[in-house]
Amino acid sequence: MKIFNQLKGLVVPLDRANIDTDAIIPKQFLKSIKRTGFGSNLFDEWRYLDHGEPGMDCTHRPLNPNFSLNQPRYQGASILLAQENFGCGSSREHAVWALDEYGIRCVIAPGFADIFFTNSFKSGLLPVVLDVHTVNRLFREIEATTGYRLVVDLPAQTVTTPDGIVFHFEIDEFRKQCLINGWDDIGLTLRHADEIRAYEIRRREETPWLFA
Amino acid sequence: MAGKTLYDKLWDAHVVHTDANGTVLLYIDRHLVHEVTSPQAFGGLQLAGRQPWRRDSMVAMPDHNTPTTPGFTTIDDPVSRLQVETLDDNARRYDLRYFPIGDMRRGIVHVAGPEQGATLPGMTVVCGDSHTSTHGAFAALAFGIGTSEVEHVMATQCLIQKKSKALQVRVEGEIGAGVTAKDIVLAIIGQIGAAGGTGYAIEFAGKAIQMLSMEGRMTVCNMAIEAGARSGMIAVDETTIEYLRNRAFAPMGDLWPRAVAAWRELHSDPDAVFDRVVVLDAAAIKPQVTWGTSPEMVVAVDACIPDPACEPDPVKRSGMERALQYMGLQPSMPITDIQLDRVFIGSCTNGRIEDLRTAAAVIQGRTVAPSIKQALVVPGSGLVKRQAETEGLDRLFKQAGFEWREPGCSMCLAMNADRLLPGEHCAATSNRNFEGRQGQGGRTHLVSPAMAAAAAIAGHFVDVRTF
Repeated sequence: MKIFNQLKGLVVPLDRANIDTDAIIPKQFLKSIKRTGFGSNLFDEWRYLDHGEPGMDCTHRPLNPNFSLNQPRYQGASILLAQENFGCGSSREHAVWALDEYGIRCVIAPGFADIFFTNSFKSGLLPVVLDVHTVNRLFREIEATTGYRLVVDLPAQTVTTPDGIVFHFEIDEFRKQCLINGWDDIGLTLRHADEIRAYEIRRREETPWLFA
Repeated sequence: MAGKTLYDKLWDAHVVHTDANGTVLLYIDRHLVHEVTSPQAFGGLQLAGRQPWRRDSMVAMPDHNTPTTPGFTTIDDPVSRLQVETLDDNARRYDLRYFPIGDMRRGIVHVAGPEQGATLPGMTVVCGDSHTSTHGAFAALAFGIGTSEVEHVMATQCLIQKKSKALQVRVEGEIGAGVTAKDIVLAIIGQIGAAGGTGYAIEFAGKAIQMLSMEGRMTVCNMAIEAGARSGMIAVDETTIEYLRNRAFAPMGDLWPRAVAAWRELHSDPDAVFDRVVVLDAAAIKPQVTWGTSPEMVVAVDACIPDPACEPDPVKRSGMERALQYMGLQPSMPITDIQLDRVFIGSCTNGRIEDLRTAAAVIQGRTVAPSIKQALVVPGSGLVKRQAETEGLDRLFKQAGFEWREPGCSMCLAMNADRLLPGEHCAATSNRNFEGRQGQGGRTHLVSPAMAAAAAIAGHFVDVRTF
């Protein structure tokens, strides 16, 4: 698993609630059998003015100039700021892979959909929950300041603005340690292989129909 | 000490290990697999030199990319074809229970699985698909997972989980004629919002839920995720048990009574405490139609599209304005004035036999309006299709001007050739009205099968109760 520790990054705003994973990576790109190649199709239908299909060379496609990710002041952003219920809808982890490959390492929002939230950690993408007032304040500050950067400190669980204002965020301790240490989930679980086998032996006795 | 919720019972029965901070290793009984979210997981397994922990827990079938054209022999799109062939290869390599193209049992994984009895009460069920919540209709703990977790379950038979909070949604009383499970769940989402269930496991209860068939219960649980909850569930009763009797994967012989006795415990105790309770009056629920780009943007068919100017929350207001612009609709316009271009009856929400029966019953010798470019009926599985044909439903649909298709996910998410063109309005029995969901620029209105059939005949939305 990819490590996340501290990040100082340019922030790109996407001031919408309920940004779903269909919008983050449209379905036609889910036909790939690989984990890579999704970055240039991140937000494809919002980002480009034409219709995207897998295998297209995106460097020559017409860009939507009104979409924040396309604006010169946000080029190179590694933090995305959005509104409530980010990542709702489909379970597609391709949404996380697309954000990661584009260069987004952290998404800040007042709330995330559960499946997206879980998926993010698998690629070292940090989802940070801040209350809606703080998020709205950050939207205003970004709008007002070109080159607006935030410092996200996972061990300290803080987000720091350019003016030095510090916001604390909550995160599950286990998930935090996984990200800081880059632990492999499957490896961790397999340390409990004996317990899994013991559970199965007991359950086969109690509920044999579950093992048919 | 308070009694246990159904969710508590399912959770407790599957805990393999608990860490100091409350993180749990949760055992998974059933792993459903389809072609879109599994190739990278199989790839990871192979790369690490691991074997599936328990291959008999897995049931696999292609559904998202499969064509629905009658009598199709090949998948024209080479990228889609490769994805399906990759699942064929992986099913062969790991010797999985597999329903390939051509197998009558194949269908949308959330229709075909329960139909086989592959989902049983008391199970944990996962799939790399958010609509796995469907299986909670059987008093199972069922939820969607991402591809990394698909690999995790393949390799360990477990998932690392934290327990959710418990939300009970009680639908009291009885629904009126012409109102269906789809309208119940859309009304629930309209009330609690698309993120209202985030962080919760929902248990649906109350007389209106108990009176639903298993098909209807699956429709309700299917859309728990559209309210933000990874899982939805309903207690076991006689309806559950009768549905499972003699299904291919269900226990047989001496095991059947033993299993049934265990299943009868799968309900929330009378003194169980939920973190939150929401109550709806079934009698007040009318046929629902979504007007926007989130399932929470929903009103009754006899209502008008809401005016964003009346919405005090600025984030919600701008969301409504953006949705209306995308949908090409005006505030205060009656829902029944929305003209339609296409109609889609199918999906893991409403592609079961009961759905096709209620849609067919609305037709009554009438025909699809000339302004409708296409009206598709896509059965949820090969067996649903065969059953419908046995009952003559296919002839009713075809005579009315509907197209009768092969099973699959089809126009719900338009990964195959079935899709909307930009600007087209579609009455769909599926689950998501997101921008571009049914095709780039397409405009989706979520409705029940009866409402979709009536809209196909009228060319615009009509109240099926008086149609």
